[in-house]
Amino acid sequence: MTTEIMVAPVTDAAAADLPSWRLVLRRPAFIAGLVILLFWIVCALFGASFAPHSAYEQSLLATNQAPSSAHWFGTDQLGRDVFSRVLVGARSILLVAPLATLLGTVLGTALGLALGYLGGAVDAIVGRLVEAVLAVPAVIVAFLFIVAIGPSTLTEILVIGFIFTPLIARTVRSAVQVESHLDYLPAARLLGESRRRIMFAEILPNVMPTVLVEFTVRLGYAIFTVATLAFLGFGVDPSTPSWGSDIYANYGVIGAGYWWETLFPALAIASLIVAINLATDSIEKVLAG
Amino acid sequence: MTLYILRRLGLAVITLLVLSVIIFLAGQVVPGDPGRAILGPFASQSAVAALDHQLGADRPLITQYWSWISGAVHGDLGISYQYRTPVRPMLASALVNSAKLALFALILIIPLGILGGVIAALNAGRPVDRMISLTGLSAATVPEFVSGIVVIVIFADGLKLLPSSANAGPGATFPTQLRYLILPVIPLVFEFFGYIARMARAGTIEALESDYARTATLKGLPRRTVIFRHVLRNSLLPTIAVVATQIGYLIGGLVVVETLFTYHGVGLLIYNAAQQKDFPMLEAGVLTIGVIYLLATLLADLLSVWLNPRLRTGVTG
Repeated sequence: MTTEIMVAPVTDAAAADLPSWRLVLRRPAFIAGLVILLFWIVCALFGASFAPHSAYEQSLLATNQAPSSAHWFGTDQLGRDVFSRVLVGARSILLVAPLATLLGTVLGTALGLALGYLGGAVDAIVGRLVEAVLAVPAVIVAFLFIVAIGPSTLTEILVIGFIFTPLIARTVRSAVQVESHLDYLPAARLLGESRRRIMFAEILPNVMPTVLVEFTVRLGYAIFTVATLAFLGFGVDPSTPSWGSDIYANYGVIGAGYWWETLFPALAIASLIVAINLATDSIEKVLAG
Repeated sequence: MTLYILRRLGLAVITLLVLSVIIFLAGQVVPGDPGRAILGPFASQSAVAALDHQLGADRPLITQYWSWISGAVHGDLGISYQYRTPVRPMLASALVNSAKLALFALILIIPLGILGGVIAALNAGRPVDRMISLTGLSAATVPEFVSGIVVIVIFADGLKLLPSSANAGPGATFPTQLRYLILPVIPLVFEFFGYIARMARAGTIEALESDYARTATLKGLPRRTVIFRHVLRNSLLPTIAVVATQIGYLIGGLVVVETLFTYHGVGLLIYNAAQQKDFPMLEAGVLTIGVIYLLATLLADLLSVWLNPRLRTGVTG
């Protein structure tokens, strides 16, 4: 690490300031993304209370019914209402993905601060670890561990969170290394501040925009990963409505013409991901100035 | 240059070792007793212990890791729990199938991605540019099975144009095989179009803003000549090197696509192994994917150094 004192470049002060939020809100793409996202959040919280049918109730006399006025999205192989299951199914993915992303972001940010500021041997070792995790696609690492540990909501959150940790740490680390060339760090050291204080009270606020963008980008990936794991049958509980698991349970009958059982949950996943992308893209554009 | 290659090779070997330890931990330490896993919960304890002894699972961890990794280095990947046959021949034939699918995908992805990226760069800031970027980003983050289901519903189920399974059956002619692979390839193209397009766009914009492009324009060359002779030559070679780093992610996509279309490649093999808790097969498959990824990245690094004379002299000196 260099201790040479350089003149701080003029950073765009707007990046970390509050007014940039108004700029974000002025973007139509962000508003569109936010509206879709809010819709799914409302479904995740209260879906069961306004869904037209029960998401669980089976009706073996009305299986595989095509979409109609009674069942807007048709019924599945067990006669459950697909529309209601799509509404209620928002819950499982919106529980696991944000919690896993949050876990990964918190751990990754702490690790990234330590690596970027302290450097040295730890940095080199963790660097190899990151490379190793990156060498295998996240979905495969995730199901390797989920199969080994046994599936549960908590396992899924922990496994995805831990996989994201080194990835987020790498991004935060490079942001910290940029900061470590700035004047305020030698100043803080001369004031006798502890390492921990410098990392968390001095550097952290300055790399917060990076952390924020990383969180939103990772959230998209987390939804991707959770949905894919559920589709592969590594989801938690088959009776709980979940978009990925419902597709896993019903994609075998697409060939028989029952397309609605898989297409609607698939479109729900797509809409959620596109919504997050619209929001992320706008935030990134505003932060980039 | 030689020193650089040696250094990169050394780092790749260390990364591979770390990866092998992670896979070994997940496959052999965390799940606990392999004898119990094979024989099920109702087998007697003595039978489980006997099988563990036969599999070598009662030895110290270091010994187990050593015999696993040294076997793997010599091409002995162990015996599959579910098929009771050696892992290697099955893995090899699955790899060939996956390679066919991946190659077909790459042949489509690279030109399409580059074309999209160049069009976006030439229209930078205009609606066309934003549309290509946003479509690429969305297509890349929508999971492969979602786009896969959409194409199955439309082209196989609705229009009945193409088969929804990827298996052309044994002895199928090349055009038939190709026809069966069209639908599986679409989700892969979606997945990577955006990435390649973004790289091509960035490279092209950088080249467009360069001094030599300005000089070429100012000396009166037609725009078409400037773009084809001066800009694209400089912007596309690095993009092609970047493509190689995506091979690993392409394999990740294969797991999902091969499962959805029941195509007997390495992805479906790993997936089945995971479902059956066939840890030797699972470990061998994941390790192979890691090796392929590391080789591809190494190749990409060397390729971009070789393509860029500035980097080439930089690493020698």
